[in-house]
Parts: sequence; C-alpha cells; structure tokens
Amino acid sequence: MKEIILNSLKKGLVTKPAKEFEDLGRELKSEIYKKFGRSFHIRQVDTGSCNACISEIIATTNPIYDIQRFGIDFVASPRHADAILVTGPVSKNMALALKKTYDAMPEPKFVITLGNCAKDGGLFKDSYYVENGVSNILPVDAHVPGCPPNPTEIIKAILNFLRK
Amino acid sequence: MGYLSAIKDIEYILGIQLLKITENNAYEVYIDVQENDFNKLCFGLHQRLNSPVEMFFACDQRQERGVFVIYCAFLCAEYRKWFFVRMDIAQESPKFESLAKEIYSANLFEREMNEMFGIVPLGNPDLRRLNLHDEVWPQGYFPLRKDFKKPITDSAQTAQFEFNKIEGEGIFEIPVGPVHAGIIGPGHFRFSVAGEPIINLEIRLGFTHRGAEKLFEGKTALKAIGLSEGVAGDTAFANSLAYCQAIENISASVVPEYALYLRGICLELERMYNHVSGIGGIAIDVGYSFPAMLAAIIKENILCLNESITGSRYLKNFNKVGGVSKDIKNKDLILESLKAIEKDFNDLKSTLIPSVSFMDRVDTTGVLIKKTTKDLGIVGLAARASGISRDLRKIFGGIYEKVSFNVAKEESGDVLARLNVRLSEFSESVSLIRKFIERAQKTENKLFVESNFKDGFGLGSAESWRGPILYWLKIDNSGLIQRCKIVDPSFHNWQGLSYAVLGNIVPDFPVCNKSFDLSYPGNDL
Repeated sequence: MKEIILNSLKKGLVTKPAKEFEDLGRELKSEIYKKFGRSFHIRQVDTGSCNACISEIIATTNPIYDIQRFGIDFVASPRHADAILVTGPVSKNMALALKKTYDAMPEPKFVITLGNCAKDGGLFKDSYYVENGVSNILPVDAHVPGCPPNPTEIIKAILNFLRK
Repeated sequence: MGYLSAIKDIEYILGIQLLKITENNAYEVYIDVQENDFNKLCFGLHQRLNSPVEMFFACDQRQERGVFVIYCAFLCAEYRKWFFVRMDIAQESPKFESLAKEIYSANLFEREMNEMFGIVPLGNPDLRRLNLHDEVWPQGYFPLRKDFKKPITDSAQTAQFEFNKIEGEGIFEIPVGPVHAGIIGPGHFRFSVAGEPIINLEIRLGFTHRGAEKLFEGKTALKAIGLSEGVAGDTAFANSLAYCQAIENISASVVPEYALYLRGICLELERMYNHVSGIGGIAIDVGYSFPAMLAAIIKENILCLNESITGSRYLKNFNKVGGVSKDIKNKDLILESLKAIEKDFNDLKSTLIPSVSFMDRVDTTGVLIKKTTKDLGIVGLAARASGISRDLRKIFGGIYEKVSFNVAKEESGDVLARLNVRLSEFSESVSLIRKFIERAQKTENKLFVESNFKDGFGLGSAESWRGPILYWLKIDNSGLIQRCKIVDPSFHNWQGLSYAVLGNIVPDFPVCNKSFDLSYPGNDL
C-alpha cells in the first residue's frame, strides 16, 4: 500500500498536457452533458479486426488520454449502451452476433464504425468470408477512419458525431 | 551436411525408402516420400528431433501437375533446419491416413485441410470445421482450392456446431461469447462446471475468419506486405518480418546488416509493449488496478516512441522486402525513452511482486504441465513457462548471435511462470535494443537491397512476443503469390489454455486467459 501511494505521488498527473487535446475534451464533455444528460455509454463489438483498432480504443481509456473524465464509458452489456462501436470488416461468423447485440440495445441507439475495415472491408474487401463493412448489416451513424485511428482521432470523431 | 546422416539413420531404422532429399534456401530441407511412408517418416522425425508438427498444410497443384501436395514441417534446432516432409495426393477424392493418431499436434492442421481443401484425413475422429462455421457456410465449398467459387446464395443453413457433452450429476454448462464484456476480439468458450471447478473447456474460434490466406493469392509478392500487417495487429511487425523474410529467402537477397539491426529494434519494441500490456492485464484480471494503470502508461509511452521513430504506433509500413523503408535517425531518443520506461517498469515490478494478495491469485493458478505442453505442440512464451526453452532468435541466430541474451525459462507452467517469463523478456529486450543501437551506429548506413525476383517457394519465420510466426510462400514466375500459409503461435496455444484451466475455478479463467494472451485474428486468419 505504501508503495502504491508513494508511487502515485511521485508520478503525479500523467494525462496528456497538450492544450489542443484538453480543449477537445472540454467540448466533448459539454456536448455529452447537453445531449445525453451526463454520460455517453459505448459497447464495443469486434467483428474480425486485426486487434490494432481494439488496442487504440483501449488506449483512449489509459491514464494518459483518460476518456472517462469527459463522460465516455465502455460498458459490458449492450443493454447499458447508447451506441455500439464496431471494428472489423464483419466476418460471416459475426454477422448474427452483431445483429443480436444491436437488437439488445435500448432506443435511441447509434452505430459508430471504427477503422477502414469496418467501412467497406478495407484490407479484406471482397474476401469470400467478409460482409464488406458494417453498413451492409446495420444502419451506420458515424465513422472513424484510420488504420488504426489513434486515440486523439477517435475522440475527435466521437465529438464530431455528438455535434450533429 | 550433418543433417543428411541423421535423415539416413531414420530412413534405415524405419526401413523406408525416401524418394528425394532437396535443400531449398538456407534453412529448408524437403524430403519427398511415398504415401505409405509419409506417416512413418513424420513420426520418426517427430521423435528424433523432439519437435512437434510446426506446420502441416496443402497446396493445390491440380492445374500444373494434377495433384494436391501436402507438407509437414518439423524444426531441427540442432542443425538449424526446417524439415518438410512432402507427398503428392491424387486429385480424385483426395485423402490421406491421419497423422494426428500418432502425433497430436497435427490434429488442428488436419481439420483445417479438411475444411479448406476437402482433403480428408482418414481416421481423424474429429472433423468438425474450425473457421467455416456450419451455421453460415454450406458443405462442399473449399475456399483454398484454386477452382473455388463463392456459394451463390446464403442458403439458410440449419446445421449446428456440436460441442462435446460432459454429463453427470450436478454438471452444468456456461456458454460465454462470442461477444465478450471487455474490449476484445470474439470467441466462444463453453465451460462444463460442477460447482466452481472447471471440468472441461471447449473453445470455439473462427469468429474473426476473414480468408486472409486466400487474399494473398494472386497478389504481387512485393506489394502484399500491408496485408500481412493486417493479419494480427498486435504482432504487425513480426508478421511483416516473417513475410519479408520468406520472399528474401526465395530471392536469395542478403539484407544489409544495418537494416537487420533496425528490424531487431522494432521486433523488440513490439515485444516490450505487448508484454507490458499483458502484465497489466494479469493485474487487472485479479482486480489490482494500480499496476495495470502503470502498465498502460508504459505501453502508451512505447507506442508514442514507435510513432516518433517509424511513423506508426504499431510499426506498420516500416518493413520492406530486402530491408526497411526508412532510417531511424533519432537513436538517442530511443535510448532516452528506454531509461524512463525502465524506471517505470521497475516501479511496476515493485508494486506487483511483493503484493501477497496478488501472488496468491497467480501462484499455482492455471498450470500447464510439461507433458501436455509437449504433446500439444505449445510454442513461444507459454512453452518457455512450462520448461521448454525454445526461441527462434536463439536457434537461427543472425543478429541475435552477435549479442548475448538469455532465453527466459520457467518450470512451473502456472500464471506466475508466464508472468515471470514476460517480466524477464521485457528487461532482456531493453538491453537487446541498447546493444543493437550500439552496433548499428558502427555499421554502414544501408537500408535495403533490391531483390531480383524469381519464382520459388520458401519459409519466413520470426519469433514474435507470443511465439514463432511462420509464413510459407509459393510464388510463380510473374511474381504473383500462389499459396501463402500462415501459422500464428495462437493456433497451437489456444489448446493449451483449455488444458491449463482444468480444475481451476471459473473466476480464475480471465487471468489464465490473459496469461496466455492469445490472438483471435492470428488464429482465425
């Protein structure tokens, strides 16, 4: 315990000090307050990405970006979610699971896709086993481009979506 | 040529007749046999070399020669060679006698050949499909055959996958997935449980199957590096490295030493960020969040370092056939960052290791015994934690021969052992990068060689943080890929997880899973 307290005192504040990023976060927070009450809950579903997109989504929650302080949380169940964040080109094996996850969300619900694969299949476009993107399965409300998009880009794209 | 006498010995003892022994590239030996002798020779090599089946795959050669060719690869550490046993299979109702009856590590490969090529391993008791799920894919369509056509309609399939049934008083099933609670890839876990302890775990994967091997076919070999980086994103660099090496072996290109050092630096950086993320994952899975957050900070710092030296957080677009695409100019930045990273890492260790409640959760949890490890053909970090110290970096040397480093090894095979392997490999990587930088600075600054392209086939291999990644490529005379076989360490190691959790309680499953840290997309391809 002593070690932990000492360590966190020594380490101090680690969140990204860049002003641009903080401004982004502040605006994100106020949008979420206006439109979703206090918080925006996201359920992540992977449909066959290479894991890099997943790794970047996880990175948004690390102490350096700490997206949770702006009111965004990644939840364990679609029942708790305002939106699903889908990665991957949609493997045939995942099409049904993706649909079921969507159906399990309460209204109003949104679909955000993340990464080039989720847009149209990306690297795996026209393979025999992919559905060439999420829009062939679900209505998509917003897209985060990149291979993979970095945490700042992810936060920017979510902000752009919330502004609408 | 010492290996020849070893093969001759096996030939003599088994009383078989080999058709031809051919050396291909620097590290590969192909042994042609008749159908009757195939299994005998494979078993002989398996015993003699103490190697599991590393690769076992087919190649559709019906257009050229009217046959399917199957290859079974073993690693001979002693002579630094890969032995490929090769035989032809007639194209009409293709089949062969199952090898998995004698060598268990061939099992998954046989199931894969059965679904992808329709080549039936006679006598294999379990021919359920791995990646092409019965619910969405009709019978009789084999994607890796050259004359494959997509099924026209999504004919509603009523077939259901059958899980192994465990029966008895008080036994119940817990199905988990494919969509999990965390931010992670999809897979299905079927636990059979009596009270708390797990009696059986069946893992059904394939949910991220994208048909990667087929996508390589027909692409220009020099231009498909991007695709190899997309096979598994957390090993993007190791994948592209193995891919490039396969082509370099085929075209006999000699990569400049300087480029090899840069590649070495990147391979170790990839190892570091994944190991530290896995260590943090183990901590979070037992509810110890402070070190997990510390680990997340270290990982982020390494990713930022990756970006500033190569332009990509995941080291993409850096490899190129024949060398690397750009120079790492700012080597001092790496050295400086390493100092800070090492300091944070020591803090991480000092919060993790002395914690009694943490140790209580990881010590003797999820034991994978050495015998099982050997039989299943477990590789990489999971094997090194169960007493099998095998590391391609040590076996094939190259730049790793010029610097000294230790291969981590633990005996107990539990979560703690896998954690310790990762801890020590992280520190080893830090010192390796320092040594590579030192040597690179004394080497002529040459980034790549142009490869004179010719047709052929060959293997590329890289020891990723998870274990060996293998790419076997066959390229035709116009430089197009005819066949690309990829083996990710996860393909072997997922089976290890289902044995390691037996007898453990369900709440310990996440920490067991994280200690193996396996890839869904790498396994499913």
